[in-house]
Amino acid sequence: MSLTQEELNRLRWRCVRRGLLEVDITLEKFLDEKFSSLNDEQVQVFVELADMDDHELWGLINGTLEPATPQEAEVLAMLRK
Amino acid sequence: MNIPVHKYDAVIVGAGGAGLRAAIQLSEAGLKTAVLSKVFPTRSHTVAAQGGVAASLGNSEEDHWHWHMYDTVKGSDWLGDQDAIEFMCRKANEVVVELEHYGMPFDRLDNGKIYQRPFGGHMSNFGERPVRRSCAAADRTGHAMLHAMYQRNVKANTQFFVEWMALDLIRDVDGTVLGVTAMEMETGEIHIFHAKATLFATGGAGRIFHSSTNAFINTGDGLGMAARAGIPLEDMEFWQFHPTGVAGAGVLITEGVRGEGGILRNSSGERFMERYAPNAKDLASRDVVSRAMATEIKEGRGCGPNKDYVLLDITHLEPATIMKRLPGIREIAIQFAGVDPIKTPIPVVPTCHYQMGGIPTNYSGRVVIPQGGDYNVPVMGFYAAGECACASVHGANRLGTNSLLDLLVFGKSSGETMVDDIKAMPASHRELPKDAADLSLARIARLDGQKSGENVHEVRLAMQRTMQGHAGVFRFKNLLAEGVEMISQVEERVKRTEIKDKSQVWNTARTEALELENLIEVAKATMVSANGRTESRGAHVRDDAVDTPEHPDGRNDQEWLKHTLWFRDGNRLDYKPVNMKPLTVETIALKKRAY
Repeated sequence: MSLTQEELNRLRWRCVRRGLLEVDITLEKFLDEKFSSLNDEQVQVFVELADMDDHELWGLINGTLEPATPQEAEVLAMLRK
Repeated sequence: MNIPVHKYDAVIVGAGGAGLRAAIQLSEAGLKTAVLSKVFPTRSHTVAAQGGVAASLGNSEEDHWHWHMYDTVKGSDWLGDQDAIEFMCRKANEVVVELEHYGMPFDRLDNGKIYQRPFGGHMSNFGERPVRRSCAAADRTGHAMLHAMYQRNVKANTQFFVEWMALDLIRDVDGTVLGVTAMEMETGEIHIFHAKATLFATGGAGRIFHSSTNAFINTGDGLGMAARAGIPLEDMEFWQFHPTGVAGAGVLITEGVRGEGGILRNSSGERFMERYAPNAKDLASRDVVSRAMATEIKEGRGCGPNKDYVLLDITHLEPATIMKRLPGIREIAIQFAGVDPIKTPIPVVPTCHYQMGGIPTNYSGRVVIPQGGDYNVPVMGFYAAGECACASVHGANRLGTNSLLDLLVFGKSSGETMVDDIKAMPASHRELPKDAADLSLARIARLDGQKSGENVHEVRLAMQRTMQGHAGVFRFKNLLAEGVEMISQVEERVKRTEIKDKSQVWNTARTEALELENLIEVAKATMVSANGRTESRGAHVRDDAVDTPEHPDGRNDQEWLKHTLWFRDGNRLDYKPVNMKPLTVETIALKKRAY
């Protein structure tokens, strides 16, 4: 899944204006430093993660919630680093 | 230029707790209501509120709104308006029960009633002993509240404009407010929302500080728009700080870390709290710890290349204890400070958390301004509620869990007032001025046309560092005076910001530049108001206003028992009296605020 420039711009806005500061910082850093290295499948997983509620996503990032799939676990591990 | 115009009875800017609560009132009254939000409503910053909402339900033990009122007045260091505080505390039970009926999953007692937990500053019988007054939904009270109210709005047919940013307030020659201009992010187009009544519920502006617990979204858009439209901002010198936010990130490290034995150290490794609070040391109250940290940093004993933070050390604790008792904190330190606290101390600074001041309103939610000797003249068609407003119930410092109560009570009361006002108006809208969108269009044109300008991120950082260094948790006379000059220089840079990306669709760079134009208004208001108030009161503490028998804790009621009003025009200050007269009970008389 490759995103158009407009889809990428929308994704950025939805990543850097969250309800929780923890999620803002984590997603902004990820977009700036790692997003461009994702493969199509990982992009798809990241888009789905970014669509989650803040508390759910932060729980997955900080490890208090379990990822649903190995693919999700892989992208979350990259988000944590 | 042909600008699309949307006509509504009511337009609400902001879809956090206050905006959603007001919208329920309007839509359920059958009025055509639009809510504009930069993000999907359940991603508003209200989602971060954990503590609960205060209401004297008395479900676990005897409680009374009058005791809650006393705690709130005392918490405000007597700067809160006692009519508004009585109104809020008396309405608390009603709005909490309503929320329960909207489907809010409050924690419950075995008998089915709402469970209530104790919280700092909540006391029974006028300050005698702690009382259980906070109603919560686990640690996700704000989250649950947003979901319950969003669903209620969908049912009531509120119309949401999601991912729209309001740009400017529209006023006619009489000063009546007729709506807002707004940008649709998906297209970059400017539209007009023409309304009979306009409510700002845009939240706080904590991003003016370098270290803030506020999410990136809290850019004070309502305050910036109000200031540009000639509305003063009230009591902007008062900001609540938390002592331990991760330096550079702002993410909170809870007090529990010091409870478990965490120690604060300066650049020479000294446990400096022993000098400031020989008994309590690192467990002294929030304000004492914050001021000690600020003093260490100011006197050159901070750590790091810029000597601008201190260290929270838990390396002496057993790794097993840290893993067991503080697992979340270890994750936060690794994620946001880049250190494993088992091996390395965490860099921390006093961190901005909540804005007590805002757009001046009365307890009905009407925006009020001084005119012809009367300090509380309503601006026709304009209302504000929640953190962006100043009713004023928090005065110089907010009592815990009163923020969620504020947005429920004043969201509802502003909605009710708007319903009454709209029903009393003629059926047709007042005519829009021909230049309704000119200011917004000019701002966008300036930004798009700017050459050899300033970088938005660099200017924002300069503003945030200036605010943190010159108007932080502990304030120094000379630093404030310098800060006024410095923030004016930053303002000149804001006027020259340039963006490289000129595209129309989802242009985050443009939105951030526009947000910065709002932040700078709040930053100026804060710095100038703080420089002006030469006493210490509540969250505003100055080194040149100290504890004396005449002025306990530096508070000077003879000269300073008054609200600050900052006007953008001329960067000037005025003051208005505090309303010491409650609605039905006796005044809660001035005394020293001691816990």
